[in-house]
Amino acid sequence: MKICVLMKQVPDNDSAIILSNDSSSIKLNDITWCTNESDTYALEEALLMKEAHGGEVVACSFGRESSQQVIKDALAKGADRGLYISEEESDGFDILSTAKIFTQALKDENFDLIFSGLQSNDSGNAQLGLLLAEMLNMSHAALVMGTEVLNDTRIKVKQELEGGWFQWTELDLPASITIQSGLNKPRYASLRGIMMMKKKPIDIFDSSQIDSTGSKNKIFLDKMYIPQKVKETTFIEGTPDEIASKLGDLMINDIKVF
Amino acid sequence: MNIFVFIQKDNGTINRNSLEALAGAQQFARATDAQVSAVCFGEVNDQLTEYDIQQVLSISDPGLNSYNPQLYCEAFNQVISAHHPDMVIFGHTYQTRDWVPRLSAKLDIPFVSDCIRIQNQNGLILTRQIYQGKINTDLKVEGSVLVSIQSGAYRLDSIVSGNTSVQQFEVNLDSVKCTVHPGEKFQESKGSVDLSRAKIIVAVGRGIGKEENMPIAKELAEVLGAELGSSRPVVDYGWLPHEHQVGSSGQTVSPKLYLALGISGAIQHQVGMKGSSNIVAINKDGNAPIFEIADYGIVADLFEIVPKITQTLKDHKG
Repeated sequence: MKICVLMKQVPDNDSAIILSNDSSSIKLNDITWCTNESDTYALEEALLMKEAHGGEVVACSFGRESSQQVIKDALAKGADRGLYISEEESDGFDILSTAKIFTQALKDENFDLIFSGLQSNDSGNAQLGLLLAEMLNMSHAALVMGTEVLNDTRIKVKQELEGGWFQWTELDLPASITIQSGLNKPRYASLRGIMMMKKKPIDIFDSSQIDSTGSKNKIFLDKMYIPQKVKETTFIEGTPDEIASKLGDLMINDIKVF
Repeated sequence: MNIFVFIQKDNGTINRNSLEALAGAQQFARATDAQVSAVCFGEVNDQLTEYDIQQVLSISDPGLNSYNPQLYCEAFNQVISAHHPDMVIFGHTYQTRDWVPRLSAKLDIPFVSDCIRIQNQNGLILTRQIYQGKINTDLKVEGSVLVSIQSGAYRLDSIVSGNTSVQQFEVNLDSVKCTVHPGEKFQESKGSVDLSRAKIIVAVGRGIGKEENMPIAKELAEVLGAELGSSRPVVDYGWLPHEHQVGSSGQTVSPKLYLALGISGAIQHQVGMKGSSNIVAINKDGNAPIFEIADYGIVADLFEIVPKITQTLKDHKG
């Protein structure tokens, strides 16, 4: 199996997200970057499949130069090579155009499988892997919670539905699937893996050569802003003892928990 | 402007999120000059003809009787080629998340997913949240667009009644070579936890830090006679079984009191609990989105506060 894993660099959960002065972007300087969480599960699933069935795992990332760190981390965990799609301009609003760039970068690789995390923690479109399925003529499944290789031409996936329901779906290869977090235990890089990483290649695809603006249907950013609160929140302040006493009083006398 | 709303059916019943999307479309149409049509695969439920919309397009084909993303895409492709709607609206369901991106690529029409508002301000403005609810973006559209609406963004009871007619639309799906083969649906071993009926829920998020800290929440739940809930990461890490999860991939709850401990409040969690009567959030990050919807907020270290609250409540009970 030749598997591509799409991995995105996103702000870590503790980074403060602050708007730029013109409200058209966020300030990048104070952000700590990490690999998007569900993408780490996608990588683990690809590595497990390669270990069981053989093949190759290619870690692919897109965006600002620092995104290559995501690829390096994946190589250290066991991916065989990297593919970095350079793109400084992308704002993530027009995911259809982004998918066209990926299509150009991936089309000659003839991957059997493309794995990606369900959704990115920044723009949260939850679409890229599925757009690629159509553009690269692959089968697809979203919200995958388990994978099983049936034979050389077909896999079986467990898809998550709403309200605790699941569904088995069989997919002819090639297939692109989006992986839900929690389906495996992502590994840590070993010391040996980190040493090996330095010898593994990272190919660079320059997206500036690609004209992805062909569609007459387009999306533009009007503005960004901090969400208005829908509720008036009463903040309870004081020392821990004072807070516990006020909250206890609230729960017993106002909310009447007993 | 010509708006289509896709009505998803689950075992013959209209999906609630699709109707909320229809309510949103009606609201937008009233403020502009738009016409709203509903699109429905298979038999049209009577319910659907009792809303104030221009028409219901009914598409009957054996291939559409159960969900298949590739047949759905081709059927909708033919609808759009014939009618050229300016905007097609979907409920942001798991099924939508599976097939509508593929439709977007097929049609070369952008899909703006998980929107919380559609409005007219010198043109169409779509609002969606990014950075897990910390930032809103307003997006403008040139040309046609596909949109999905977040669960709960519009109220079901705001749907306007009226009369409408049903038009049949023929599709031909013979050209589709299906490479996706959906199989049986199933539930994992059903747990004993039914959070939807709980009066009080003590819910735990990533902020609990590690499994060894779980007793702090469990003791509070015990003194309150509460059920334990959680956000997704806690289940992913295996600290609680899946049936405790609240949110889009777990249960939807509306208890009298929802105590969120160390939960940041990503959109996916909020949709499962924002209907709670009283939401109390304890989180060390004052900017966490959970405070957007909390009635009472405590910006503090939960490890300092929670044991003291447990003690306070124990003392009261005597």
